[in-house]
Parts: sequence; structure tokens; C-alpha cells
Amino acid sequence: MSPRVRLAALLAAPVVWLVVAYLGALATLFVSAFWTVNGFTGATVKRFSLGNFETILREDVYRTVTLRSVGVAAAVTVLCAVLALPMAYFMAKVASARARPWLVIAVLTPLWASYLVKAYAWRVLLANGGPLDTLLGGPGRGPGYGLPAVVLVLAYLWLPYMILPVYAGLERLPDSVLEASADLGARGWRTFRAITVPLIVPSIVAGAVFTFSLSLGDYITVQIVGGKTQLIGNLVYANVGAANNLPFAAALATIPVLIMVIYLVAVRRSGALEEL
Amino acid sequence: MRLTLRVVMALGLAFIYVPLLLVLVNSVNGDRTFAWPPRDITTRWWAAAWANDGARQALITSVQAALGATAIALVLGSLVAFAVHRFAFFGRDTLSLLIVLPIALPGIVTGIALDSAWRSVMGELGIGKGLFSVVVGHATFCVVTIYNNVLARLRRTGTSLEEASADLGAKPWQTFRYVTFPLLRSALLAGGLLSFALSFDEIIVTTFTAGPGVTTLPIWIFTNLFRPNQAPVVNVVAAVLIVLSVVPVWLAQRLAGPAAGAGRTGH
Amino acid sequence: MTALLTLSVLTLTACGDSSTEETGDGPPEIAALSTLGAGEGQVDVVSWAGYVEDGSTDKTVDWVTGFERETGCQVANKVAATSDEMVTLMKTGDYDVVSASGDASLRLIYGGDVAPVNTDLVPHYKDVFDGLKAKPWNSVGGKPYGIPHGRGANVLMYRTDVVKPAPTSWGAVFDPASPHQGKITAYDSPISIADAALYLMKTKPDLNIKNPYALDDKQFQAAVDLLKQQNETIGEYWSDYTKEVQAFKAGNSVLGTSWQVIVNLAQADKAPVAAVLPTEGATGWSDTWMVAAKAKHPNCAYQWMNHIVSPEANAAVAEWFGEAPANKLACAKTTDKNHCATFHAEDEAYFDQVWFWTTPLARCVDGRTDVQCKDYAAWTQAWTTIKG
Repeated sequence: MSPRVRLAALLAAPVVWLVVAYLGALATLFVSAFWTVNGFTGATVKRFSLGNFETILREDVYRTVTLRSVGVAAAVTVLCAVLALPMAYFMAKVASARARPWLVIAVLTPLWASYLVKAYAWRVLLANGGPLDTLLGGPGRGPGYGLPAVVLVLAYLWLPYMILPVYAGLERLPDSVLEASADLGARGWRTFRAITVPLIVPSIVAGAVFTFSLSLGDYITVQIVGGKTQLIGNLVYANVGAANNLPFAAALATIPVLIMVIYLVAVRRSGALEEL
Repeated sequence: MRLTLRVVMALGLAFIYVPLLLVLVNSVNGDRTFAWPPRDITTRWWAAAWANDGARQALITSVQAALGATAIALVLGSLVAFAVHRFAFFGRDTLSLLIVLPIALPGIVTGIALDSAWRSVMGELGIGKGLFSVVVGHATFCVVTIYNNVLARLRRTGTSLEEASADLGAKPWQTFRYVTFPLLRSALLAGGLLSFALSFDEIIVTTFTAGPGVTTLPIWIFTNLFRPNQAPVVNVVAAVLIVLSVVPVWLAQRLAGPAAGAGRTGH
Repeated sequence: MTALLTLSVLTLTACGDSSTEETGDGPPEIAALSTLGAGEGQVDVVSWAGYVEDGSTDKTVDWVTGFERETGCQVANKVAATSDEMVTLMKTGDYDVVSASGDASLRLIYGGDVAPVNTDLVPHYKDVFDGLKAKPWNSVGGKPYGIPHGRGANVLMYRTDVVKPAPTSWGAVFDPASPHQGKITAYDSPISIADAALYLMKTKPDLNIKNPYALDDKQFQAAVDLLKQQNETIGEYWSDYTKEVQAFKAGNSVLGTSWQVIVNLAQADKAPVAAVLPTEGATGWSDTWMVAAKAKHPNCAYQWMNHIVSPEANAAVAEWFGEAPANKLACAKTTDKNHCATFHAEDEAYFDQVWFWTTPLARCVDGRTDVQCKDYAAWTQAWTTIKG
């Protein structure tokens, strides 16, 4: 077999799947963003129109919600990174070789408990007079339901997705590098800050792909602990059904897609995408 | 510094496990909407969950969907990993970006895109949505977990062992069977496990791709959590799931050593 | 990849100019089934959680298995979380029957997704309360499009230990200086705009609102402004009843719209709550079983509709879900003999004060022809801006 034929054999199925099926589906969706829906019948009117995008640009609410969603996604990502970094470092470099796999399992186990159940557990934790309020000194003392609660709960849900790549990155990092730094007189924190963190940036960015995109598209956690806030996912979800307005939902969906594509292209050079 | 790290680790684990503990407590909380603190302790939710055929059916459906999606992802992900590792070709960088896309785009986008495409293409062919459409949706975003694991393993091991095998007269399939596959096994397991987990707990793409009568466990939980008579039963199911999660992790450990249980950490 | 996307966008736009616009005035002409034939062996259902129970949730709650045995129609059920999801699901053409609420039914009718119903083929229809027959949300021009399932009002619920004196008017939830800032709740759906419209109908006569579901530009703007102002005092919007019960029990919410079933559940869990039907009346919901225009299993669909409004099944589902049954004879079949009294099932005077959810259309549902009303898509986008 010539290399060409072998390459074709390897790539045929995946390319058909990802390019034709997946990209095709996405492309169809975005074409429909230029369509409209007949107010009477709910039928899709397949005629080119920029109306949906005009609405999105004209109404302040869409800009507000977009900024809020990006803010939430960024906050969740930062919170996850801040928590994951020391935990992963402990797991990879401090814990004994025997404890290591058990710690990894301990961090991963929550992934098996349903997302919804965990979110609802947080609703109970955050309730007025609930455990968190009690801990902080009485009803109303905790964050309650709202934007801070959304950030907290999303960070909780996606934390393992950040710990995992960071841990893997740290484990690959040879101990000799850290020892060299120590030999040259750098104290523990200095080595951590000046050597470890820069070296595992690609791993952190990889984890951030997960935490950022999962937060950007979420609409269920917001419903459970978000109080009266809404994120871009809620708007898309509301419009998919509302008067069956798929075109408007598709137009709204271009916002998170654009943000993610820009993000991916920007981080590709760092090699982060291979760390997922 | 070690002490600080130890404290952070302990706090982190507490952060992870306190809500899970609450799930466990609520599974025996006599109050139907999980009032805090619990007034009375009851086992009736456990009895109700045990008698609940819907939950058991949903569990089976979810396992089927996750196995199907993982199987497809194993094949597709490995194929691309081999292609990217062994060949230089036009569009290689684009392809590796494309593989990441399904998991990097918000689930709701993937969900509505696949839903409308399925309806307009497969629907015309008379194939309605069902379990298969869920499997297709999940496989699409699971490919990346396998691809990354396999590619990393291939890069680490290089091709010298396979060349040696060929030099010693092994046929290509013998080389694959006795050299390549054993080298990849733990990478496939680690990726497969992550893929299984991703699919098993996925709700957003599932909402949009499931056909009539197809109820995966997350969908079952979604519909039951919002009915007070049933909400506590959901806590029982979640508690059972946490315990059951030992099974795949233990299996992976047995088959590939501790690293596999840890996702992609074997390299 | 970008090039590829652009390319496919171009090709798809080029061939995407076929128009499916509806020009007629009424709903599309679709014939009702004229005679009942043999069952097809299957029926695909879209329903609210709790409407189609086959014993898999609770062994004693089962009105599906018997139906399957009797008719040979296997029931495949898909639970929808919102009215909007129901509409979307019915548009796929994969389903035969749907338990549509009034905020979905007209959309389905005018969209040509459901067919008129030949009530002669549904023997139990004759026992349905007259207050539910031939209503604007389940018929067009006197032609029935579905079989009523049950009904309920959107009552005003409050914490008896916090909200004193007990509220009697919706003014309590629209008071910008409410003492319960941040603890007021409202139902999370565009249809809630009608709650504000109903309040304005009674308190601002110069707006001349005749029907809270038929709002012209000025009336609509007034309702939206009222809700934007209310948003300042809202703690959270609710959409499912676990969330609502839990919020009232914990005290995150102390005042807001609710359903009778939620009141009962909260009281059963010893929460100090009560509910009233305020002096202005209230909005409410009434669900209707409708059959798809392109149903693959129309005969099983009709048999299902007849079964679900039979006294036994209607009583069982009304008790499990917590609503007033549609069939008069169902009240004698409930296990809790007070069920119909609790849910005001036979109290026509109570339901006379209730404006049941009706899909807002561009052609005003109150019969005005000189103005265009805001349609549901406009309501949806307004709801987004209200929540901000």
C-alpha cells in the first residue's frame, strides 16, 4: 500500500464524521441564523435576512448577558486554576508514589455523581438558613442565590477537568528541573512561581478550555442557583423553543462559538490543545 | 510549603466531598425537598429507588449510550492519532483543531446543530432520533479524549519497536497485534474511561439528540428532580452512582495499572 | 476550516430561498380523523412529567400498562420541561399526541402541527366540564382541536409567618417599595407577562386591556415596564416545583405566584405557607391533548386521548400531578375524596375568575382587528430584557 492510500484509509471515517457530519451540522445551523420565523405559524422563512443579528446588536440586554457570561466563564476558570494548581502539585510532587493514584481517584470520583444532583446539593447548601449560612453565622450571611453562587457551583462542577491536565503536566515535569532550581538557591515558593507555573502553562490552558467552554454553554446551573440572573446559554435555550425560534437561537449561538474559536486559535500555539 | 500544600489539598478534598456527603444525607432525609437540617431519617427513598424500574432502565440506557459512544470514539480517535503521527499532510493542524472543537464549543450549540441536521438529513431518510442519535452526538465530543491519549503515547514510544518487529519478519497485523496494541493499551483505557465518564453524565447534548422514549440517566434525573415526590429518590440514585463508580475505576486499574484510572496520566 | 465554513454557508444560502410563508387567515385546513380504525401497535407521546405513568416511577401509579394491554398500543413517552420544548418536539413530526398547555396550543394549531379532533371518536369527551370545552386555547372558530385534560390557577402564595397582613391583591408582588425586597418570586416564562397585564387590566382602566393575552404596543409596553420594575424586588424566578417548595421552606422566597399542588406539597412538608386567588382574579393553565397533523399512529392516538380522560385515568393523573380533573365523573374516582374540593374542580365560579394561558398571536385573541397584537416571539424577547 502506498502511503497515500494508507493515509486515506486512516482518515476517511474520521473526516466524514467530523467534517461532513459535525461541521456540516454547524454550518447548517449558522445558515439558519439568517432566516426568520413567521410569527403566525412558527414556520421557518428561508429568506436571507440580517434581522436576527440586528436585534442582537440593537438590544442592550444581549451585550449585557454576553459580557456577564464571559465574566462568569473567566471567573470560574481562574477559580479552578487557583484551586487546581496547588492540589495537582501536591498530588504529583509531594504525595508518596503509593498515595498518588488514590488521590487521583479521589479527585475524579465526583465526575460520576450526576451533574444535576451536585448542582441541587449546592442549592441546598446555599439556601437561606442552609449549611453554608449556618457556617457563616446565620440566615442570609452566605452568598445566597445569584451570580456569585453560579461561579462557585460551576467552579465546583468543573474542578476535576482542571486538576486532571495540570496533574498530568506536572507529572511529566522532571524532578531534576525543580532540584536544579533548589540547588541554585531558590526557595520552595520561588521555584513554584518562577519554574513550575510557567512550565505547565499549556496544561492550565488545556484545563481552561474545559472550564471556560463548559461554563459558557451552561444553562442548568444558572436555573438552579442563579436567582434571577441569566447567561447566554439560557437565552439560546429559551429561543430554541420559544415560538420555535431556531434562527434567533442560532444567531445567539454564534456569540459563544465566536468566543471559543478565537480562544482556541489563540491558545493553539501554546500546544495546549494536545494536553486535553 | 509542604504543609501549606497539604492543607490546601485537604481543603480541596473537603470542598469536593462536602456536597457529595450532603447528597448522601439527603438520600435519607425525610423531607421531600431536602430541608436543612433534616428533621427525620428515613429509608423509604432507598426502598422507592430499589423498586423504581425507570431508574434501572435509564441506567442501562446510559451504559449502552456511553459504551457505544466510547467504541466509536476509540476507533475514530485512534485512526486520526495514527494519521497525524505517521504522516505529514495538508490540513493536519486544522484537523487537530477540528477534533477539539466538539468539546470546546458549548454543548447547547453542538446539541441544536446535531438536532436540526439529524432532522433534515436522517429524518428525510426515515431514520428518527433514538438511542443511536445520542450515541452519535456523544461520540462526536468523545473522540478528542482518545485522540490525545493515543497521540501522546505514540509520540513517546516512537516507531522504532514497530520497525524492529518488521525487521524481524513480522507481518503488519502481527506487529499491530503483538507490538503496537500492547503499547497503546493503557492509553486507550485511560482515554476510554474519560470518554465513558463524559458520555455517562452528559445532559445538554443528550436533551437535544434523544428520540422519543430514550431516557438516559441524566435525563431521568432531570425529569424526576423537579417532582417533589421523586426528588429524594434521585439522591439515592446519585449516592449509588458514586459507589458504583468504583467499578470502572477498579477495572481500569486491574487492566492497565493505576495510571489508567487517573485519566491521561500514563506518560 | 474557515474557508470550508464560508463555502458551505454560501451554497446553503444560495439554495435556501424557498418560502414557506403562510398567507391564509385561519389555521391550515387539516381534516380530522373521520372513523376509528385498528390500532397501529404504538403511540408516541409528548407530555408533562407525571402525565404518563407506567408504574416505573412508583408501582402503584400506573395508567399506561392497562391501556397497552387493552389496546395493544405501546406507549413511548417523551417528557417535555416547558411549553416551548413541547412545540419544538411536535414540530419534529416524531410524535402522535401532546399534552399542550394553552401557551403552546395555538402555536401548534396555526403552525399546522396538530389536526382538529373529531370528538365523536372520543366517547369520554361528553363528561368533560363545559367550562373547558370550546375555549380559545383549545379550539378555533368552534372547531375543537383537542381533549381537555385538567386545569389550575396561578395563585398567590405567601409565608404566613413573614407576610402580614395576608395579601389579597397582586399589588403585593408589584409593589416597588415592598418590604419583601429580594424575596419575591415569579414564574420563569414569557407567559408571566400576562400576570402583569391582568393586574393592569384591573388597576389601569385607561390602558383598556380586555384580555391579558391580547396586548397592543402600548399595553404590552406598560406590562413590560411593570415587570422590569418588579425585577428589582425578585429573588429568583421559579420553573419547577421542587425549586419553588424548597425556596419557600428555606425562606429564600416569601411571596409570589404558585400552583395549588405546590401549596399542598409545601404545607404537607410543614412549611408555613398559604395561598389566595387575589381579587383581580388570576391567570391559569389548562392542558389539552392534541393529535399531530401527520400522526403516524392516529388510531392509537385517539384511543390514548379517550383513555386519559376516562374517569379512572383522569382521576389518577389529576391526583398524581395535583390538578383539577377535566372529567366530571373523575371526582368520584379519586382516592382522596377531598381532591376535587381542594383543587376547586367543580367550582365554576372560581375558574370564572381565571384567565387561562392562551398563546398571544399577532391577530389579537380578544377579537380586535384594528391593531396588531404582540405575538409570542415578541413576548419571549421581552422576557429576556425583563430578566436583564
